[in-house]
Amino acid sequence: MIGNTLLLALREIRRNVMRSILTILGIVIGVAAVIIMVTIGGGATVQVKQQIASMGSNLLMVTPGKRMGPGQSSGNIPFKQSDAEAIAREVGSLQSVSPVSSKSVKAIFGNQNWSTQVTGTDNSYIMATNRSIKSGRQFTDSEARSGAAVCIVGETVVKKLFGGQDALGEKIRLENISCEIIAILMGKGQSSMGTDQDDIVVIPLSTFQRRFAGNQDVSMIQISVQDGVSTEKVQKDIEQLLRVRRHISPSDDDNFNVMDMKEIASMLTGTTQMMTALLSAVAAVSLLVGGIGIMNIMLVSVTERTREIGIRLAIGAFEHEVLLQFLVEAVVLSSFGGLIGIVIALVTSVWLAGILGVPFVFNAGIVLVAFLFSAAVGVIFGYFPALKAARLDPIEALRHE
Amino acid sequence: MTASNQTGAQPLIELQGITKVYGTGQAAMHALCGVDLCINEGEFIAVMGPSGSGKSTCMNILGCLDTSSAGSYKFKNIEVNRLSRNQRTRLRRFYLGFVFQGFNLLSRTTALENVELPLIYRGTPARKRHTQALRALETVGLKGWESHTPAELSGGQQQRVAIARAVVTEPEILFADEPTGNLDSARSHEIMDLLTGLNRDRGVTVVMVTHEPDMAAYANRIVHFLDGLVASDKANGKDTL
Ligand SMILES: Nc1ncnc2c1ncn2[C@@H]1O[C@H](COP(=O)(O)OP(=O)(O)O)[C@@H](O)[C@H]1O
Ligand SMILES: [Mg+2]
Repeated sequence: MIGNTLLLALREIRRNVMRSILTILGIVIGVAAVIIMVTIGGGATVQVKQQIASMGSNLLMVTPGKRMGPGQSSGNIPFKQSDAEAIAREVGSLQSVSPVSSKSVKAIFGNQNWSTQVTGTDNSYIMATNRSIKSGRQFTDSEARSGAAVCIVGETVVKKLFGGQDALGEKIRLENISCEIIAILMGKGQSSMGTDQDDIVVIPLSTFQRRFAGNQDVSMIQISVQDGVSTEKVQKDIEQLLRVRRHISPSDDDNFNVMDMKEIASMLTGTTQMMTALLSAVAAVSLLVGGIGIMNIMLVSVTERTREIGIRLAIGAFEHEVLLQFLVEAVVLSSFGGLIGIVIALVTSVWLAGILGVPFVFNAGIVLVAFLFSAAVGVIFGYFPALKAARLDPIEALRHE
Repeated sequence: MTASNQTGAQPLIELQGITKVYGTGQAAMHALCGVDLCINEGEFIAVMGPSGSGKSTCMNILGCLDTSSAGSYKFKNIEVNRLSRNQRTRLRRFYLGFVFQGFNLLSRTTALENVELPLIYRGTPARKRHTQALRALETVGLKGWESHTPAELSGGQQQRVAIARAVVTEPEILFADEPTGNLDSARSHEIMDLLTGLNRDRGVTVVMVTHEPDMAAYANRIVHFLDGLVASDKANGKDTL
């Protein structure tokens, strides 16, 4: 009997190609939309988390200026290297303290040139920003002290200036100094803000101060706190120390800013999670709209289908046989639609993830939920109108206008 | 009841005081007001009467497509009114065939699949189902039209598909409610020849509603309805006693 019911259901699906396609389409769109949104959203969240982890969530950034973002320090008293040294000396529980100054500079090698960020700092900066040296060596103490013309470059710079060739030991021009490449950094990829973290040239701070800035200023102090230590406490200590060093009277506000990367990190994760939730809501609506589309199709065809039920009953079909046929039809259509939706969603997600540069995170839960929901929609809207019709006397079903 | 006493055998169908009321209270409409009727095996009965006299209502009750309000309907001495819904379905499935005025074929479905349908519900195996359906279509003169859908067939052809569907299960009795009502005269006579053939050659009992005396002439007994009652019931002159 199951075989016969399947036969009847499949015949009915084949006969009503348009109705079947529209039903499937409604489910495909709904299911695909939900899965794509959730998968991409999930990928973005994972990416942000990974980047925060790679950035080092135990990072503090000290910038001059009042409660402003990094880089907006104009008009304020800049730091000196001695400030960084004082922090390193007097504040406990720190892993590293790196004074940082940077500037956008055009780097030239042969006939290639590339605009990049030149950062003057010390060896600890590389570790504090979770970077590592792929090949080559760190700055020596004497290089750091004397302001030698040496640099450590990121992958992007190597690619742009040298193509695929070995850059180690070569000399590149930065403004009007010739700088020897002593190391190449391991690739790090894009940051969560979309900036290329490999587009960087690191030189000793003293080199930067003497040859690029022409002063002894430090535009930012980057601090890495030991694992497991509360950054809040460290933050307070640094603030106190700097207030004293910068002679700020108790009634005045800080003229510098100590920012916790954890704050930025949680803000970023929060934003992506909210985006995911929003997108999922939009997707859920599209699933619902798909469902309403199916309901529409079913209601439009209800007269025809009621007559069909009347015919089947009249020639000797049991009520439960008719219902089983409708159930099988609904389940076949909606699971077929669901499967197509899932395939389309996964292919599209992989493709979109590639384009957007986020990892593809397969979320089995949402695939299951979307599939079950589509099946439920199909069954509810395909089966329940039939339920009413199949309970009629055959002649009443046949008379249905 | 002149014609029903021809044989001493048990009648196939016995109606006693069958009534049918549509609606309730003020709006109640008495479509049948106590119909008594006996149908014997092998008969070919024509049911006639003015429009609204209750012919269709009575046919639907006979065909177990509808239920009566009161009275007794015995099929092979079984009280149909006491049967469950599923038992009445079983009657339709195994004993009764019904041909509608409006054909009631499944649209976008080939003639062959339409005719196969009752066999599917009977659980006839695919191969046997196929040959039986083909033979039924051949009997009604539709060889070569098996893969046509109703929309691709004329009214007469559609009615023949409907007849093939009704007889493919070899029912004991065939009910036809104005089977020629939508057809021109030539097609109507073809259908009548078909029904007569089934009755004569296969021994199928036929009960047919018609308002055309030409068509009623094919029957061997004519029952007249008037205002929900059997007004007259006599043998057709051509082959009685
Ligand atoms: N579903 C129905 N609801 C209400 N009244 C009906 C219904 N079907 C038939 N009738 C009424 O019952 C009477 C008998 O109808 P019917 O059996 O179709 O007559 P006939 O087939 O002889 O023309 C008519 O007056 C008709 O209006
Ligand atoms: Mg009628």
